[in-house]
Amino acid sequence: MQKYIYMDNAATTPVKKEVLEEMLPYFSENYGNPSSIYSLGSKSKVAVEKAREQVAKAIGADKKEIFFTAGGSESDNWAIKGVAYKNKSKGNHIITSKIEHHAVLHTCEYLEKQGFDVTYLDVDEDGLINLEDLEKAITDKTILISIMYANNEIGTIQPISEIGKIAKKRNIYFHTDAVQALGSIKIDVKDQNIDMLSLSGHKFYGPKGVGALYIRQGLKLDTLISGGGQERGKRAGTENVASIVGLGKAIELAYENLEENNEKLIKLRDKMIKDIEEKIPYVRLNGHRNKRLPGNVNFCFRFIEGESLLLSLDMVGVAGSSGSACTSGSLDPSHVLLSIGLPHEIAHGSLRLSLGSFNNEEEVDYVVENLVEIVDRLRKMSPLYDKFLEVK
Amino acid sequence: MYSEKVMDHFTHPRNVGEIENPDGVGEVGNAKCGDIMRMYLKIEGDVIEDVKFKTFGCGSAIASSSMATELIKGKTIEEAMALTNKAVAEALDGLPPVKMHCSVLAEQAIKSALLDYSKKHNVVIPGLEDLNFDDEDHHDLIEND
Repeated sequence: MQKYIYMDNAATTPVKKEVLEEMLPYFSENYGNPSSIYSLGSKSKVAVEKAREQVAKAIGADKKEIFFTAGGSESDNWAIKGVAYKNKSKGNHIITSKIEHHAVLHTCEYLEKQGFDVTYLDVDEDGLINLEDLEKAITDKTILISIMYANNEIGTIQPISEIGKIAKKRNIYFHTDAVQALGSIKIDVKDQNIDMLSLSGHKFYGPKGVGALYIRQGLKLDTLISGGGQERGKRAGTENVASIVGLGKAIELAYENLEENNEKLIKLRDKMIKDIEEKIPYVRLNGHRNKRLPGNVNFCFRFIEGESLLLSLDMVGVAGSSGSACTSGSLDPSHVLLSIGLPHEIAHGSLRLSLGSFNNEEEVDYVVENLVEIVDRLRKMSPLYDKFLEVK
Repeated sequence: MYSEKVMDHFTHPRNVGEIENPDGVGEVGNAKCGDIMRMYLKIEGDVIEDVKFKTFGCGSAIASSSMATELIKGKTIEEAMALTNKAVAEALDGLPPVKMHCSVLAEQAIKSALLDYSKKHNVVIPGLEDLNFDDEDHHDLIEND
């Protein structure tokens, strides 16, 4: 069998064996409803509370401040809509950035239709927001700042602590979508003045369909999902016990060996970036070179289109992703790549390879080797490359 | 997502390249949309003796170009003019709906090359009179389907 190299860890990660093992008893053995008072129910309750503590510990929060959700998108929706609706009488202005995940962007667009004003901050060519722009955007109507911790496509890490300071000084709630950052970056919600933080289990070797929202104690926001009294009455629905247990274990594992893992990942990432830049001409690294997620490699390969790159990589057993229009079904390439100032034709040729715990140097070599051939083959077929060579 | 035929034509595209001193060259699409096709024709009498292409685009754009060249090679101009985008897509065992515009581009690339031939050689080709290869035409065409 041809080997399969998975380099799309920003899309999702496999569930680690240790995580799965923790989860398994909560399907058919300890299946009790955490809200039930008999011992079978209590077992589930205890498991959920243990996970809550694991999450809280990982981000420097109190366990009372952690609320489980069905994932990152729900957490983002809840944080933004919840604060917006609750604080309508104080103001109707929200500040976010142009490169947020669609769970944030589309939620903000929805709120605009409900009468809220939203400022979408520009980013520079590396994908960083400008703190002065942020300060200038604040008005006496501003109730919320929502800026992602690290970008899912280009990996750029925002100055979260500085944003937290500004938000605190101006008495505005600060939410961060930390879905990509969690498990890769040391986070302390208290030190960094973060009021709300979204996270998602499957990005750090936990299961899919489970996430959490950290809500600073005392912060009031409207409920998104009404029903029973689960999650301290703030998020209804019988707890997804097994997945919550998995999320707890996964986050614990991620922070147990954070520095060691990151050191290895950054080394791999920088080797891959260096090798691609050395071996393939006319490429552009997308995202900040240093303020960057440990596993993120994102390049534009000029004169070729991203989907054909992905298909070719798949043929040699490599999984990656692209921000080209052809992979999204829309006409435009990724909003993130356009926001960092790339022209459409260059943005179409993007490739993201996101490394994870299971990748190694040999795999990086294999992928780069194949990439050299694939890019060469596709460029030889490209009329854009011809035109470029003629002009040259 | 793609048929085996599409993958076959993507990985082993037929007739890639250029023709020196071609009798007709056509280019359609634009880089902004992420696909450009260029077709080269060698025509003897009214027969397409040779055809080559270069394409910037996704897998189905490359496969559509390749299939289109196969379908018109050795055919008469009249037969090439009759080639529709649907025929290209069918020959590939179908394309996903969002990719149908790639087959439209392939049809347009051939017609654009024939138009170039007709102008250079003062030949009238029925059906080319009111062709319009507007930049985003191929996309609009699909959305209105």
